[in-house]
Amino acid sequence: MIPDASALESDAQYSRNSELGDVLVDVKGLKMHFPITEGIIFNKLVGLVKAVDGVDFHIRRGETLGLVGESGCGKTTTGRCILQLERPTEGEIFFEGADLTKLDQVALREYRQKIQVIFQDPYSSLNPRMKIGEMIDEPMYVHGIEPDARKRKQRINELLSVCGLNPKMADRYPHEMSGGQRQRVGIARALSLRPEFIICDEPVSALDVSIQAQIINLLEDLREEYNLTYLFIAHDLSVVRHLCHRVAVMYLGRIVELADCDELYENPMHPYTRALLSAVPVPDPEVEQGRDVSFVAGEVPSPINPPPGCVFHPRCPIAVESCSQEVPELRELKPGHWVACSEV
Amino acid sequence: MSALLEIEDLRTHFFTTAGVVKAVNGISYDVQKGETVAIVGESGCGKSVSALSVLGLIPNPPGRIVGGAIRFLGDDLIKLDDLQIRNIRGRQIGMIFQEPMTSLNPVLTIGLQLTETMEHHLGMDRADAEKKAVEYLRLVGISEPERRIRQYPHHLSGGMRQRVMIAMALCCEPKLIIADEPTTALDVTIQAQILELMKNLTKRMGVALIIITHNLGVVARYADRVNVMYAGKIIERGLAADIYREPRHPYTLGLLSSVPRLDQPRQKRLDPIDGQPPDLTRLGAGCSFLPRCKFAVDKCASEIPPLETVGNGHLSACWEKENLEMVKG
Repeated sequence: MIPDASALESDAQYSRNSELGDVLVDVKGLKMHFPITEGIIFNKLVGLVKAVDGVDFHIRRGETLGLVGESGCGKTTTGRCILQLERPTEGEIFFEGADLTKLDQVALREYRQKIQVIFQDPYSSLNPRMKIGEMIDEPMYVHGIEPDARKRKQRINELLSVCGLNPKMADRYPHEMSGGQRQRVGIARALSLRPEFIICDEPVSALDVSIQAQIINLLEDLREEYNLTYLFIAHDLSVVRHLCHRVAVMYLGRIVELADCDELYENPMHPYTRALLSAVPVPDPEVEQGRDVSFVAGEVPSPINPPPGCVFHPRCPIAVESCSQEVPELRELKPGHWVACSEV
Repeated sequence: MSALLEIEDLRTHFFTTAGVVKAVNGISYDVQKGETVAIVGESGCGKSVSALSVLGLIPNPPGRIVGGAIRFLGDDLIKLDDLQIRNIRGRQIGMIFQEPMTSLNPVLTIGLQLTETMEHHLGMDRADAEKKAVEYLRLVGISEPERRIRQYPHHLSGGMRQRVMIAMALCCEPKLIIADEPTTALDVTIQAQILELMKNLTKRMGVALIIITHNLGVVARYADRVNVMYAGKIIERGLAADIYREPRHPYTLGLLSSVPRLDQPRQKRLDPIDGQPPDLTRLGAGCSFLPRCKFAVDKCASEIPPLETVGNGHLSACWEKENLEMVKG
C-alpha cells in the first residue's frame, strides 16, 4: 500500500531492527476516577465514575497491544491517561523508564513528541479551517523538528505519499475529502513527529468496510517500516485479531483477560471474553446457521455504582456465590495468559 | 402469491446546488410475506434513501422520487397523498432507525409514545393502549414495564431504547418492518441480543423485515435474501447462502475478502478494494464500480451492465459475471 516506501528512508531515526525489544510502556495500577458534583456555587462531590479502576499492562517495543471492550469500559480513558490528556487518580505510567504521571508540562513535551494518537472520528479530529498541509506542518513547527519551512514542506509531501495520499492534497481542506482520506491525514499528522508509540483509538470503526481494510494494511505497513509500537483500542474483535500481537479485554474499568492474540482467540477463558467472541456474527451464512451462540444477558452496569466483587458477576453464566464478594485477581493460568476469574 | 412489497425502477434524486445526487438510481426488488431481506452497502450507496422512499419520508426539497413504483399490497405508495400514507406508515409498515438516542422524543414518556401510535392507528382508548404497551414492552424483554412506561428516554440505555423502538414498530401489528442499521450504534453483546429478539419476534408474528446494514456478519446470520447496493443501484441479489458462497459481482467479492474473519486462520494481509466510492453527482456512462474494479473490460466504460440472472434467483449486474471465478482462483 505504500506508494513510495523509500520516501522516508533518509530518516536514520527510523531504521531500527523490527524484532520485539525492551518494554516501552509500562502501566501499573492505573486508576482514573472522575468526580460527579452537584450544585453550582458550592460544588459538592456526590460520587465517582470509576472509568479505569486498577489496570496493569506493558507493551514492548515493536509490539501491538489490542485493548478491546464495549463502550464505557474505560479503554479510551486508559489511552488518554497514557497520553497525559488526563492526569490519573492513581498509578504509574512508565515510558522508556520515566514515570509520565510525575512529570510537569515542560518535561512532558519531549514525550508528547514520542507518543502520538490517531482518533476515531476523522470528521471531528481535523480542524475544518486548516488546510491538510498546515495541519501536518503545525506539530513539526511547534516541536521544532524542522526549522526550515521548505524542508518541512518537502516532508509533508513525503508523509502524504507514505500514507497513500496525493501530495497535492496538502492544499485541500478536510471537507473536500472522504472519511478514509481524512483518516490517512490523521495518520500522516501523527507520523510527522517521528513518534515511537502511537495510540490508535478506534481508528477504523467510523469507516466503511472496504476502506477499513485499506487503513488496516496501511497501519501494518507503517509499523513494519518504522518499527512503531501501537496500543490499538477497538471494539471490533476481528480487526483486533488481525492486527495485534497481544490482546487485553476490558470490562467496566478492569482488565479481565490478557493473552497472546492467537491464544486468546483459540482458547478464551474468561466468560466475558467468550461471550464477546460468540456475539460476533461471521460473514458466512453456512457457518452462522449452524453456529451455537451463547448470548450474555443483561447490560453493562454503570461505572458510578459498579457491582461488588467481580464486576461481571451479574451477567456471568458461571458465577458462584463468592463472585459477588471477592474481586478476582488477574492470575497467570498459562505462560502469558492472564485471567481475572476465580472459576476458570 | 403476489409479493408484499414490490419496488420497481425506483429513482430518488436530490437536487442540490452541487448538482443532482442520484442517491437511488433505478432499483427494483421485492419482499415476500414473512421473509427477511437485507440491503447491504457502504455509506452513501443509497440504501437508507431507498427505505425512506418506501415510507414517504424523503425531505422535499431537496429530495424527490422522480420515477418508479412502490407497490405495497397492490397500492402504489408514491401515488398516495400525505394522509393516506400516514395510515400505512406505522400501521402497516413499522420502522426502526439507527439512532436509538434520537429517534425517541425526549420530552414524552415511553408509555405515551407507545400508546399514541395505538390510539391513532387502532382506535384504542388510553387504558387499553397502556395495557397493550406494557405487554409489548415485556415481549421485547424490558423489565418492570409498568414502571418503564412512566419513564423518559434518557432513563434508558441505548439497548433498552432500541427495544422500545422495536416494541413501537410491532405494536400495531404491521406486515412489514424496515430496520435501518438497527444495531450499528450498539455494543456487540447488545447487538446480538437485539438482533436475536428481532428475528424471533418477526418470525413468530409473521412480519416481513427489511434490514439495512453494512455489517456482512449480521446479514449472514439473519437474512434470507440479500440485495447488495453500490452507487444507487442494486448490483447483486440472491439467497444469502449463494451470495456468500459464490459472489458474482467484483464489489461483493471485494467486500467479502476485505473483512477479517474470526472463524478462519489469520491472514497475512487484508485484500481491500482500492480507491474511493464514486461521487453520485458525477456518474460516468459505464459501470460505476469500474474505477475500483480488478476485472474490468473495455465494455464496462461505455455500457451500464443490467441486473441479469446467473443462477437460481441469483442476479448480478456485471459484464464479467461469468468469468469472476477463474480470475479469483
